[in-house]
Amino acid sequence: MELSFRFATRPTNSYQMTIDDSIRKVLKDHANLSVDALTVAEDADLYKNGMTSQTGVNVMLALEGAFDFEFPDTMLNRSVFQTIANIRAAVQKLTEKN
Amino acid sequence: MGMMELPDLLERVRQIGEEIIGPNAADVDGQGRFPTEGIEALKKEKLLSALVPVDLGGMEMTIDDLTKICTVLGKYCSSTAMIFAMHHIQLACVVRHGLSSPMLRTYLAELVEKQFLIASVTSEVGIGGDTRSSLCAVEVDGPRFVLNKDSTAISYGAHADDLVVTCRRNKDAASSDQVMVLLKKGDYTLEQVGSWDTLGMRGTCSPGFKLRSTGPVEQIIPGAYGDASSQTMVPFSHMLWGGLWLGISSAAVNKAAAFVRKAARRTPGQVPPMALRLAEVSNKLQSMRANVNDMANECAALQRSPDGNEAMLSMGFALRMNNLKIYCSSIMVEIVHDSMLVCGILAYKNDSEYSLGRQLRDAHSAALMVANDRIYAKNASLLLVHKDV
Ligand SMILES: Cc1cc2nc3c(=O)[nH]c(=O)nc-3n(C[C@H](O)[C@H](O)[C@H](O)COP(=O)(O)OP(=O)(O)OC[C@H]3O[C@@H](n4cnc5c(N)ncnc54)[C@H](O)[C@@H]3O)c2cc1C
Repeated sequence: MELSFRFATRPTNSYQMTIDDSIRKVLKDHANLSVDALTVAEDADLYKNGMTSQTGVNVMLALEGAFDFEFPDTMLNRSVFQTIANIRAAVQKLTEKN
Repeated sequence: MGMMELPDLLERVRQIGEEIIGPNAADVDGQGRFPTEGIEALKKEKLLSALVPVDLGGMEMTIDDLTKICTVLGKYCSSTAMIFAMHHIQLACVVRHGLSSPMLRTYLAELVEKQFLIASVTSEVGIGGDTRSSLCAVEVDGPRFVLNKDSTAISYGAHADDLVVTCRRNKDAASSDQVMVLLKKGDYTLEQVGSWDTLGMRGTCSPGFKLRSTGPVEQIIPGAYGDASSQTMVPFSHMLWGGLWLGISSAAVNKAAAFVRKAARRTPGQVPPMALRLAEVSNKLQSMRANVNDMANECAALQRSPDGNEAMLSMGFALRMNNLKIYCSSIMVEIVHDSMLVCGILAYKNDSEYSLGRQLRDAHSAALMVANDRIYAKNASLLLVHKDV
């Protein structure tokens, strides 16, 4: 599952599912949320649900590892990581470049 | 408006330093008492509302200019300068995050008139210096809230009019999901816990307190403290502290320089041996000043820029602001210590004109006002993902 999205060439529905699944798994493992990362709404504020700047860094690192890219510094701010929808937009932007 | 230009204002603050703050500094330190006369003199110049927007009656001063005022104050009395700085850190939070609230606007206009002094309630029993977590929570019931907090230290808590308190958004919120609440005189009681008999910064009068309060919900400052912390609380703290620490350091080097010049006048044609150490410490002071000025310019530019608030949430900015605090707090101790070595026994004596004991004791507070290792740990974590070092 970790690899499937890398070979997807265009953002189909299932491709998006995979990105979301990966993001949610990273959040579950690293964000230390007070809610279930697998089911939390995609527009819920993750910082209000227990993510801190410390666990936020862990999430960034794990996403960089999972998707095999590096976030440019301009993307490393609270708003980019505030919601699952925002994270997905950032991930899509970076994976589509390749 | 009859508002003074910055050079005139700095000169006025320097006069207050010479005539009022400086002459009282030893007594403030010795007795560990609040520097009433200095703070009153600053109130007369309406300097406690320096950051308030012009349309609410204030000076709308920028962070770089305010930093310069802190530097002047730091030369005369570290405690007075720290109280002035801490008040403005809290005021900056209200000004930069509260203007959408009619009640907070009214409060700021009243602050201009009455020159209220605001204290800071961030650190908490059981949390220590991690300002980004709280145990206590604000509990809203209809139009009013209740907020109780056990604080480890509130500078001038017993002398302040109002307080700005960090706490969790509600009692189910995560420890990092915080808001700031303004408490006005009459909203709260403080029960002192312990004493404030410290090495230095004795005039800040900062014992622990048990805070009990209730007030109208409009005094909960809008937005998330997480953002306000990155955009205002941390930059203003590190900048204004850096400014006043620069004042303490430059006053120490000035004493060392005066000492060396005096020695040189006794033996023209011969460079006194301690002049070498003076040259060395002046080098450190210049680096410190450059660091403070550089970050003050960056902060001021960001505050003028339309996307400055977004940029202040970036990791690069957080790293640089943290480095400013760590650097200034560490180099200040070296600078004051080196200046003492230049003057020798006369700096070590408490009753000589070259005495530097008070400055040295004051300087040691800086590394623990939010522990430098805590800040280093934050930067270490940021550097795992931040690229442009
Ligand atoms: C002059 C002065 C005035 C103050 N005024 C106020 C005030 O008005 N309002 C207010 O709220 N507070 C105030 N404080 C408190 C201050 O801001 C800090 O919260 C407090 O000094 C920290 O307390 P601490 O050293 O016991 O705790 P900690 O910060 O917990 O530090 C204890 C020790 O643990 C280490 N440590 C802790 N965490 C880490 C980490 N993650 N990584 C590495 N090492 C770590 C530190 O380096 C230190 O050695 C004031 C302090 C001073 C000195």
